[in-house]
Amino acid sequence: MKTIFDKSVPGRRAVRNVSSGVDAQPPIKPELLRDTPPELPELSELDVVRHFTELSSRNFGVDTGFYPLGSCTMKYNPKATERVAHYPGFAYLHPLIPQLAGGEMMVQGALEVLYEMARLLSEICGMAQFTMQPLAGAHGELTGVMIIAAYHADRGHEKTTILIPDSAHGTNPASAAIAGFAVKTVPSTADGVMDVDALKAVLDDKVAGLMLTCPNTLGLFNPRIKEIADLIHSVDGLMYCDGANLNALLGRCRPGDVGFDIVHVNLHKTFATPHGGGGPGAGPVGVVEKLTDFLPTSVICEREDGSYWLDYDRPKSIGYVAPFYGNFAIIVRAYAYLLMLGGEGLRRVSGNAVLNANYVLAKLKGHYDLPVDRVCKHECVFSAARQAARGVRALNVAKALIDRGFHPPTVYFPLIVPEALMIEPTETESKETLDAFVDAMIEIAALAESAPEQLTACPTTTPVGQLDETLAARKPDVASLGSGDG
Amino acid sequence: MPFIANTEAQQREMLAAIGVESIEELFADIPPELLCCGLDIPPGLTEQEARTKMAALAGRNTTGQIGFLGGGFYDHFIPAALEAIVTRSEFYTAYTPYQPEISQGTLQAIYEFQSAICRLVDMEVANASIYDGGTAVYEAIMMALRITRRNQVIIDDSVSPIHRKMVRSYTGNLGIDLEETASRGGLPDRDALAAQISDATAAVIVQNPNFFGCIDDVSDLAEMVHARGGLLIVSCYPIAMGLLKPPGQMGADIVVGEGQSLGMPVSFGGPYLGFMATRKKHIRKMPGRIAGRTVDARGREGFVLTLQAREQHIRREKATSNICTNQGLCALTAVVYLSLLGKQGLRELARVCAEKADYARERLLQVPGVTMRFPKRWYFNEFVLNLPMAADKVIRALFTRNIAAGFPLGRYWPEMSNCLLVALTEKRTKEDIDYLAHALEVIL
Repeated sequence: MKTIFDKSVPGRRAVRNVSSGVDAQPPIKPELLRDTPPELPELSELDVVRHFTELSSRNFGVDTGFYPLGSCTMKYNPKATERVAHYPGFAYLHPLIPQLAGGEMMVQGALEVLYEMARLLSEICGMAQFTMQPLAGAHGELTGVMIIAAYHADRGHEKTTILIPDSAHGTNPASAAIAGFAVKTVPSTADGVMDVDALKAVLDDKVAGLMLTCPNTLGLFNPRIKEIADLIHSVDGLMYCDGANLNALLGRCRPGDVGFDIVHVNLHKTFATPHGGGGPGAGPVGVVEKLTDFLPTSVICEREDGSYWLDYDRPKSIGYVAPFYGNFAIIVRAYAYLLMLGGEGLRRVSGNAVLNANYVLAKLKGHYDLPVDRVCKHECVFSAARQAARGVRALNVAKALIDRGFHPPTVYFPLIVPEALMIEPTETESKETLDAFVDAMIEIAALAESAPEQLTACPTTTPVGQLDETLAARKPDVASLGSGDG
Repeated sequence: MPFIANTEAQQREMLAAIGVESIEELFADIPPELLCCGLDIPPGLTEQEARTKMAALAGRNTTGQIGFLGGGFYDHFIPAALEAIVTRSEFYTAYTPYQPEISQGTLQAIYEFQSAICRLVDMEVANASIYDGGTAVYEAIMMALRITRRNQVIIDDSVSPIHRKMVRSYTGNLGIDLEETASRGGLPDRDALAAQISDATAAVIVQNPNFFGCIDDVSDLAEMVHARGGLLIVSCYPIAMGLLKPPGQMGADIVVGEGQSLGMPVSFGGPYLGFMATRKKHIRKMPGRIAGRTVDARGREGFVLTLQAREQHIRREKATSNICTNQGLCALTAVVYLSLLGKQGLRELARVCAEKADYARERLLQVPGVTMRFPKRWYFNEFVLNLPMAADKVIRALFTRNIAAGFPLGRYWPEMSNCLLVALTEKRTKEDIDYLAHALEVIL
């Protein structure tokens, strides 16, 4: 499909600007101006609307169909939460207002949303306090690791290492490294959970903390989690919980009660805000009491009269991790979702998420290899190793699912499972949808035996087939440049 | 049940298929002492109740002021066609485009966003977005450290103080030699910078227009830092690019900025949009997602996420950044906005902002006791006034007249407690400006 720049017609216009209504000339000396305007497309409003509407038809979202992308919790995003985020009292509120003399009282509704959301998350996760600032999951991880660094610096510890299991998301080691720590990997047992003996072998006084996803990326709850936490605490290390999989635990098990000191949650996963095709998300971070001094500034506080204020005077704080108070419009959506869910709704979410995952597990067992055969939490991980032996790799299974109207599961992750297919159905999907997906998966497994060549050509129903990624990386074409100033 | 499809009968069928009696049994792997029994969270509301409550909370915020607040976050007009496009759920309910065949909408939009950013700032390559402008400055610094393998960074203090604070936080544990230079007369101090730049300097960071609203040609700074083997990072305001000489034509190596003004409401702090562009030779050192154009086996053009060998899911602790989820929908918003404005429209809009600012400056300088803090400079849409009393007092008084007068610089520069940063966009009318001037005359 042509790019929007290819469709440009010189002289065509969409938006008409207001005129300045004043006599002034642009008060800028000519040497500071550009010679020609940037080569943006010249189109009518209808041209632009048609272009992007056509692009939207080449996309697949949760509203399009089943999206069992493991570790991503692609649940339904309730429309009411979209609506409230666009209320003018939220959308047109300038973030600098509360920093002006007399401004704080003009943003009490917004501060209440932030304060209440942080309080609810603290209750759900068993933490003392939350910051709503981090702007994505990985940003929450980085914030958490910065808090770990600040805690040890404050105590005069010389800590250099963060421990991470081999099943972790790539963001965990990346976050630890860019915050200045060395990363040591701890292997998993054949049961798919952290090997406690291996942990003991690498544990020493240099360990600043352990980053663990709970339940882990195989969808498994580690029954020895408390023992692991005690080990880390024995060297005054901190336990970091990657909350990507919190959907499995809502209302049933709290990271704080398990022994975690820090947790980030992904509002765009667990709390039903849309993923936006790659953000914006939000990754609030909660901490236990001994770490609250290190949270980013500002901190939202409540006065005795019930009004809210922003505390910038936090000498031990790690500082600003966001320009203001977080991705506010995302937090508004998540808060509205939590209001509708309520306390009892949380258990319903985790219960049905885990029920749906175990149902898919039970139905597909026997058709695909199952690396760890035990009850899972919100997601199950199969291996397409058996099919790969017939020339049908996990990637081909994924593409065959596309032709059958489904978004594929996460493939090739976690790294410790060969040909991994990581399936997270979420609680919002019906049995009929799961059955249709299971049928498609079983049909694909059968075809892998009888006619594998039918699968390796997939997808055939999409606007483009499998794209040449090697070419894309070898000769990067990442921008169409104009002819003018470009 | 809200947001749950399966009936109790279906749940029982499913439990039977699994071979367990109850949902609770599926949680038997969690040691009982770790299970929690009940949270202190009120029962769920209906949609109607929740929307009423949220409307009440939104109503407790005052958004009706005549606003002259900017500081890097601007209240521009948003066309209805933009909202119609970006609220299409095919876009907003999709994940990061890991499966390109069913994500061509997102991927092509990112490619077009990258192209639009390159054209705005006159660079060759751009990424798919970073959380916000401040994080983009930090990521640019980290990128410069990787490219130059040096450890010193010099940041001019006319760069947004919010962004500078973020950089300090991000790099606190990294042992980077991060130095700030004091600007002089509203612009980076050339003499101070010349003295400070050394063979250890990885990058100099400036902003244009800077936090005081002053416009500069930083070509000489580019030469100065290049002569010592370092890089120039320029943070810029994308609307200004409709009119001003772009950083790419001044020798910048990495261009970043806050893209909120490209069609996003100010939304009490986010979501916003960090952007980053650079020269082609640095593309493999750039952080973040990048969409690239390629072909399928039948020669049909399409788009993929490319150069992923830089990224955390492949390189883990050796990745260029930890960024994963970024600001995809905001990047879409920006490219739709720029497409609706178009080549002539953006220039016109930039001119309108500059003209209104010029009128505002002239009108406000007629108020007795008000002077320009940096009278010799050129401005785009924002400028600093000296007031005859503390800016905080003026702001408080003008709030009562329904005016958000601007940002008090004393918050970050204690010696500038009488200084007010005033911003204009196309949404402020001549009458608004006259009203502000009149109110100032009454107060001062």
